[in-house]
This record gives sequence, structure tokens and C-alpha cells, in this order.
Amino acid sequence: MDILSQLFAGLSLGSVLLLAALGLALTFGQMGVINMAHGEFMMAGAYTAFVVQGVVSGAGVSLLVALPLGFVVGGLLGLLLEATLIHRMYARPLDTLLVTWGVALVLQQVARDVFGAPNVDVSAPTWLSGAVEIGGLALPRTRLFILGLAVACVVALTLLLRATPLGRRIRAVVQNRDLAESSGISSRTTDRITFFLGSGLAGIAGVALTLLGSVGPTLGTSYIVDAFLVVVAGGIGQIKGTVVAALSLGMMQAFFEYSTTASVAKVLVFVAVVAFLQVRPQGLVSARTRSLA
Amino acid sequence: MTVLDKLLAPGRPRVLLGFALAAVLLLAVAPVVLSPFRLGLLGKFLCLAMVAVGIGLAWGRGGLLTLGQGVYFGLGAYIMAMHLKLADAGPDGVPDFMLLYGTGEVPAWWEPMRSPGLALLLIVLVPAALAGLLGWAVFTRRVRGAYFAILSQALAAAFAILLIGQQQTTGGTNGLNGFRGFFGYDLSDPANQRMLYLIAAVVLLVMVAVVRQLTVSRFGELLVAVRDGEDRVRFLGYDPAAVKTVAYVVAAVMAAIGGALFVPIVGIISPADVGVVPSIGFLIGVAIGGRASLLGPVLGSIAVSWAQTSISEQFPSGWIYFQGALFIGVVAFLPGGLASLATRRRRRATSDDDGPDDPAARPAPQPAPEGSTP
Amino acid sequence: MRHRPTSRPAARLAVTSLAALSVLSLAACGAQVDSPQTEGSASAAGSCVDTSGDSVKVGFLNSLSGTMAISEQTVHDSLQLAAAEINADGGVLGKQLEIVTEDGQSEPTVFAEKATKLITSDCVAAVFGGWTSASRKAMLPVFESNDSLLFYPVQYEGLESSPNIFYTGATTNQQIVPALDYLAEQGVTSLFLVGSDYVFPRTANKIINAYAQAHGIEIVGEEYAPLGHTDFSTIVNKVKSADADAVFNTLNGDSNVAFFKEYTNAGLSAEDMPVLSVSIAEEEIGGIGVENVVGQLTAWNYYETVESPENAAFVEAFKAEYGQDRPTSDPMEAAYTSLYLWREMVEKAESFAVADVQEAADGVTYDAPEGTVVVDGDNHHISKTSLVGKIGDDGLIHTEWSSEEPIEPDPYLEGYDWADGLS
Repeated sequence: MDILSQLFAGLSLGSVLLLAALGLALTFGQMGVINMAHGEFMMAGAYTAFVVQGVVSGAGVSLLVALPLGFVVGGLLGLLLEATLIHRMYARPLDTLLVTWGVALVLQQVARDVFGAPNVDVSAPTWLSGAVEIGGLALPRTRLFILGLAVACVVALTLLLRATPLGRRIRAVVQNRDLAESSGISSRTTDRITFFLGSGLAGIAGVALTLLGSVGPTLGTSYIVDAFLVVVAGGIGQIKGTVVAALSLGMMQAFFEYSTTASVAKVLVFVAVVAFLQVRPQGLVSARTRSLA
Repeated sequence: MTVLDKLLAPGRPRVLLGFALAAVLLLAVAPVVLSPFRLGLLGKFLCLAMVAVGIGLAWGRGGLLTLGQGVYFGLGAYIMAMHLKLADAGPDGVPDFMLLYGTGEVPAWWEPMRSPGLALLLIVLVPAALAGLLGWAVFTRRVRGAYFAILSQALAAAFAILLIGQQQTTGGTNGLNGFRGFFGYDLSDPANQRMLYLIAAVVLLVMVAVVRQLTVSRFGELLVAVRDGEDRVRFLGYDPAAVKTVAYVVAAVMAAIGGALFVPIVGIISPADVGVVPSIGFLIGVAIGGRASLLGPVLGSIAVSWAQTSISEQFPSGWIYFQGALFIGVVAFLPGGLASLATRRRRRATSDDDGPDDPAARPAPQPAPEGSTP
Repeated sequence: MRHRPTSRPAARLAVTSLAALSVLSLAACGAQVDSPQTEGSASAAGSCVDTSGDSVKVGFLNSLSGTMAISEQTVHDSLQLAAAEINADGGVLGKQLEIVTEDGQSEPTVFAEKATKLITSDCVAAVFGGWTSASRKAMLPVFESNDSLLFYPVQYEGLESSPNIFYTGATTNQQIVPALDYLAEQGVTSLFLVGSDYVFPRTANKIINAYAQAHGIEIVGEEYAPLGHTDFSTIVNKVKSADADAVFNTLNGDSNVAFFKEYTNAGLSAEDMPVLSVSIAEEEIGGIGVENVVGQLTAWNYYETVESPENAAFVEAFKAEYGQDRPTSDPMEAAYTSLYLWREMVEKAESFAVADVQEAADGVTYDAPEGTVVVDGDNHHISKTSLVGKIGDDGLIHTEWSSEEPIEPDPYLEGYDWADGLS
């Protein structure tokens, strides 16, 4: 029974990591761009939920309104970032990391100045309070909801990439940018759309996180390092790798934490990722590319 | 203007002259002009600048974006702090915080730090060994670019968590502080504080000289070649992993020495100085000064530290916006840093340009190190 | 790839001159640790406090940026309020207070740096501020070596007393020990300890363990989360399966939000397993969400709901200055009190000099919003009444239990037999 509840804890943590990392994997895979402001897009999503809660009175529906709105807010922020800064820097992927870090700092301070330094509370709708009892095992509804949301996002993204013309274009650009360009795909437009999608996913993740923790200016920073580890361990170019990596990291964290302490668990997870990269330097799954880099 | 003209003239004398001028400013002018408090601050900035010198080599020259220099800074600092704590406690004594929070016994892995000589040796050896091991493991498997950056960042996060978690033996979030002596010298005596500042200044100058010698050597050429085309270097028969590892180790050792001197000058080391955020903070000065230039990282780092202190005195939240704007502005629009402005101007002025094609790839000393005294 | 020739003589010149300079610099060194004049040179800087004019400078050192700004801004606000009131009331010894504000940026090293600046460059008569143990530990040597005064307003882990620091928050025997007494009185026989991984929770739990052993309480679990930890499913799982009578919570800041949301979602509540927290004050409750903590317990020495004319005046003045929706809390009250206590000490000493203030401190009293407090001249703490409160659905904390009288500070727990060997 303890094992079962820990399994669920790991699965749940994995789904949180997956939500945080999914958009990151998309933008990183597409353009090799490390977006350090991804965590702040999550924060923006979370504050969106806070604002929506103030406008839409019924807590029952405000979450459902906040999810698409969070997607749009995160996405627009990402689009703005891409259009103003990142598109200048595709030749220098490492430098984007620092530039977006600067953006992250500014966004955090903006949140602090607009919403105040203290954390704010987003109350969960009543239909998500409490737990579902299955065979003596209590599964918190909020965690089930996040699990479902993560699955929905993965399914939606997979369908989009597999079954739509846009998805074909994105995949083509990921696999070989030059060839895609010469076959008439505008990589410029594709990049923008990808960035919008990836950042929008961050917004959704942010809304979901309000169910678990506090909403504050530094919300994103607590997830960003873990999310990056997921992306690195999962490899770029395919969602499959991200999913497996997120769930494995979540499971590892949960079980290490159960048998040792939360601090030691974090360190062990890091060691495991480094060791894993020794075996597979390109991550779990990596798209075959013809580039040398 | 005549001195400036001479400094701006291309060639080797200019480098030496600039170096000499910096030495005079740091060693002779600053101790006389600045109050003990400001001199102590400058000493702290010099320690942070040591980290920047190493980053300049690894990142600017070698293209290794290391987001985890706080780890090596912290290792050097903690080893030094452990030695000072043990020395304060006296022979066979137990540091005060262990009596309060720990078992009251000195753990075995602290014991080597009792000996002053061994402690100094470990300040260099431990970070070198860790950097060597990690660098070799990562670079031979051709983990590079963003992957390396993320791993180094996760290393910093893990290191800080580990330090915090071991409160009985590392002081936890409190870190180590309250040192009384420094190798027998009383730390509260202003004369000794001035001595510490001078040691930091000399060490920094030596580091700059070392990096200068490294960059004009064959190793320096190889490092730049690895940055600009790793595979070509490999095809030529060199081992890029070895070149990168050496650069990474040198950067780590410089960060560690900076950390070791930071401890007696500032009087405290805590996990807040070694985690993810301070590690990235080290980069901003390097980027602003000019990552690939010789003096750029040093001057940039000192200027940024100084700006942080003075801006935060006036506007508490202003510093964050300023820092963010610096990252965005400099890295996006001036990747060569301020040093590249000087290079560009000089290029326009003189036609006898004998440097390599890439402006970032050549040592570009600042026109005049006036920024070295904040 | 052209190989550059290096001119060796020039390099040698540089090295030689550097060596010469370093020898020169090392020759200019000062006192050694063992040398007899050490004591004298320790305070070589001397005091530069200027009391000749009609104003006197004091320093406020709080984190106005960084992760701790959430909490420390509130302390800063109440310090400003106290200063404004004192100035309107004629100042201290007839001199108006001139406030020098510095930002600690939530970093211990910055606290040490800014404290040095306030003492040696701004020449303030006393400094008020600090929050985390790390910031206090970082500042302590600065205040001792410069022989200046710090007033520290937050409950802390005890085991410390410095002639240069006045502690106006609770030490362990005024907060944790009474809280345990209360729990024991309620018939609690097993406890689960949850805390953030840093000094205060570790030390608090050490004390709790010793107490529990002596009082027949079983500690069924002890878990620490890294600061800023956001996923508490595993820890809550452990708490739930341990099935203790109560949980003693020393989590800090954001972690409380994640912990209580998880706690509630896992189906645990104040009825079946109450959580007693020592770091949740009124201003945090809004961020956690009242519905997640309603009915849970806290241990402090002051609540906004304390009924006294002094508190009514304090709350009214604070809300008038900063807004009706701003609650007052224990650290804010302790900070407010600290400035008034300093005034009482200075006026009793009739001097701003550090030695005179230290001399006069013993027995100084002040009718604070929490009740009358008395300064202990030996350990520089103050007597405080201990209050266990219950969080109401109005988001305020209401006193459930109070110690019969103010408890004398005992930072090293010397008056408790079971605490032998703790310090």
C-alpha cells in the first residue's frame, strides 16, 4: 500500500515535470534554443489563473477558463520573445540561454511589482477538493486532474505533429532546417508557431501548478532546473523521450525521497542523469539529423 | 592623451603597459585612496573577478558555457573556511557550530583541513579533480553546447542542496562564518585586511598573466579552434576533449582560488553564494567586458559588482531590472562585449590589423584600465 | 592557425615586478592572533557616531529584494512606522531619528557587507533588521568587531547571545517549549516533525526530540524538505501512514503552501491530525489559502487579535499607514517593539554610546502591543508571553492558550533538566 501510494506520487510528480518540460522540449528540439524564461512563462500562466479567479466568480469554472487563457498568455509572451530577441540569435544558441535568463529576471521583477512580493492564493474548484479512494488508496483529485491534463497535452501535441500539415512542417524543420527551407517551408513562420505552442504549454503548466503550490514571482525557478534535466535526459526531437524521461525522473525522485530524504533524492537524481548521459550522450531518443553539431 | 595613444598602439608593449598600469592602480593607488570599507569591497570584487578570468578562458576562448562555476568557487571557499574554523578552534578543537548543531565531533573528512599546507593544496586539487573528472566524462562523450550548460547548472543546484542538507558538518544555510584568524593573523586588524586585499590583487594579476600566456600558446590556438570547429580539430588529429578538459580545469581552479580568498575578505561563505543564481551571475561581467578578451572579463566583473552595490543602495528593485537589461542588451546586441567596441574602433583607426579573422578570437585588451578602480 | 612567438624577457620582467610587489605587500601586515595587542586592535575602527546635531542616524537593514523580501518588507514597514511615531513624539533624547535604509538582498554576504557600511560609513547608532539565521550569523562578527548594536526581531533557534545583539523575537523556550507543553496538555502522545532543511528546524527538532523523550511523547517521523521544495506528496504520504496525534511544522515560506494544499487534498484535516506551525503568521495565511489551514494551530507571542489598548493603537496606526487589508504579525510587532526598546535604553542611559546602552539595558521595560516586555541584561533577550493560536476562517489567528505570565528568556535552555547536553 505504501508502495502503491509512492508509485502514484512518482507518477504524479512525473506528470508535473512532463507538463513543465513538454513546451521546453518542443522549442529546444526545434531550434536548439534554451529558453530560461520558460519558467517565467509558467509563472505568467499561474498569475493568469489568479486574475481569472478574481474576474470569474465561480471557482468551479474559473480553472477551466484559466487553462486556455493561460495557454494564450504564455504563447503570446513566447511569440513576443521570439520576434524581438530570439530570432536574431539562431546562430548563437548558447547566447540565447543568457538573454532569456535576463528576460526571466525582468519578468520576475515585473510580477513582484505588479502583484506584490507576497504569494497569492488560487483556490481549487470544489470538484477537485479531496481524494478519490481506490482500494484504501487515497488519490488526491488535483493530482489526478494534472495527470489527465498532462496526458491530454501529450495526445494533442502528438496528433498535431503527426496528423496536420503544420506538424509535418515542424518535423521537417527539426530534422533538417536547410532542406525544409529549400522545399518551400518557411522556417521563419514555423519557428514562430512552434515557439507559440511551446510557450503556451508553459502557460498551461503554470495554471495547473496553482493546484499544488503557491503562486509567486519565483514559481518558475523551482521547476526550471528539473525541467531542463528532463529535456536533456529525454533527448530532442521526439515527444516519446520527454515523456519517458519525465516519468522516470518523477519516479526516481519519489522513491529516492521515500527511502532517503528529499535533499539527498535531488542529488541522486542529478547523479543518475549524468551517469545516464555517459551511456547515451544524446538522451533517450534523438532525432537523426545530418548535421555534424 | 600621449599615454593613451601608446596604450592603443598595437603590439606587445601595449599589453605590458596596460598590465603595469593595472598593477599600479590596484597595488599602490587603491589602498591609499579608498577607505578600509571600500577597499574590502574592492577585495571582494577582485575575488569574483578571478572566477570571471577563468570563465573568460573556458567560455570566451573555449566556448564552454559553464553555468556552474559557483561549485568550484564554493569548494575553494569551503575548504578555506574549514581550515580557518579548525585553526580558530585550536589543536584538537571543535568548531563552534558543530558543538551547537552537530555531534560535537569533527568528522574525519574535515581533518585534512587542519594542516595549513594541506588545506592550501586541497583548495587547488579538489576542484581540479572534480572538474577534470566531470569534464573528461562529459567531453569524451561529446556532450556539448547546451547539454553541457544544463549539466553544469544542475551540478550547481545539486551542490547547494547537498551543502544545505549537511548542516552538522557544513553549517547548512548559515554557511561558515565568524573567522578570527587567517594563518595566524588577526582578521579584525585593518592592517591584515589590507594585506588580504593586496594578496587578492596580486593573485588576480598573476591569473591574468597566466591566461595571457595560455592564450598565445599553442594550447590557446587549439582551444579557439575547438570552439569554432570541434570536428575539424578532431579530423586534424587532436583530441578536443583533452583541450576542453584542461580549459575547464583551469577555470575551476581559478574560481576555487577566488573562493578561498573571498572567505577571509568577506568573512562568510554560505550556500547562497554557490547555487544556480550566483553561478549565472558570474557570467554577466564576463559578457559585458568581452568574453574572449584578456582584460574584459576582469573589468566587466568588477564593474558589475560595483554597479550592483551602488545601484542597490539607491533602488532595491532597480538592480534586478538593470541586471536583466544588461544580460539582454549585451549578449543580444554586443556579443563581443565592450572590448569589441574598442577593437572595432581601433580597426577603423588603424589599417595594420594582424589579428585572426574572428574579432572575438583574439586577445583584445582594453584601451585603458580606468574602470579598475570603482 | 599562426603560432605567435612569445618574448620571454618581457614575461620575466612582469613576473619579477609582481614578485617584488607581493613581497612589499606582505611586509605591511598587522597583528597576529596570539599577539597581546589583539584585544585593543579589535575595535581599532572606533565609533564614528555623531550625536552633536539635532538628529541621530539609525540603520534599517532588511531584504527588500530576493526571496526573503516577502517577509522582510513587512518588518521594514513596521520599523518605519515606529520611527515616524517616535519622531512625532519628540525623537530620542530630543534628537530626531534619521533612517538609513539598506537592502540585504536575501543574501548573508550582502547583510555582512551592508552592516559594515552602516556602521563604518554611515556611522549609525544602532541597526535594526535581519531575518534568517544565516543573515544574523553573518552580521554577528561585524557587530562584535566594530562594537556596534543590532536589534534582531524574529523568533529564532536560540543557543546564542551576543553583547552586541538584542533579540526581540522569541527564543526556543518562549515559543517551541510552551507549544510542546500545550500539545502534551491536550493529550498528544505521538508527533510527526516536518521542517525545511536549515538551521531553525534542525535545532528546533533537536529540542523537540529531547523534550519528547523526557515527557513520554513518541516521535514517529522527522522529515526535511529543501528550501523552496514544492512537491510534498511523498512527505505527506509518510505523515499519513505514520498516523501521529499531531504534526509539528517548522517549514519555511513557500513550502507551507504546497504542504498544506497536499495535506488537505490527501484528506487530512485539523480534526484528525492537527498541525502546529511556528513559522506561519497572519501575512502568510492569504498566500496559503484560508481554506487549507483553517483550524490549524500556530505558536507565537503576538497575534493581530491580541486585546490590549497598546495593540489596538498599533494595529490602527499600521492600517492607517499601509492599508486596511494589511495584517500585523509577530515579527512586525517585535520589530516595532525593538525600536521603542532602544529608545527606552538610550533614554535610561542618557547616552547613545554602545557601552552605556548595554549597561542600561537590564530591566528596561516597554508596554508593547504583545504586552509588557522586560529586557534581560545578561542574555539580551526579552521576556515574552507565549500564545498558541488557532487559525480562524477570517484569516486571522485567535488565541487558544496563553502562558500564565511572560516567560523569562533562556536561550541555552539551562533551566530545563531534559535539555542537558543540547548546547
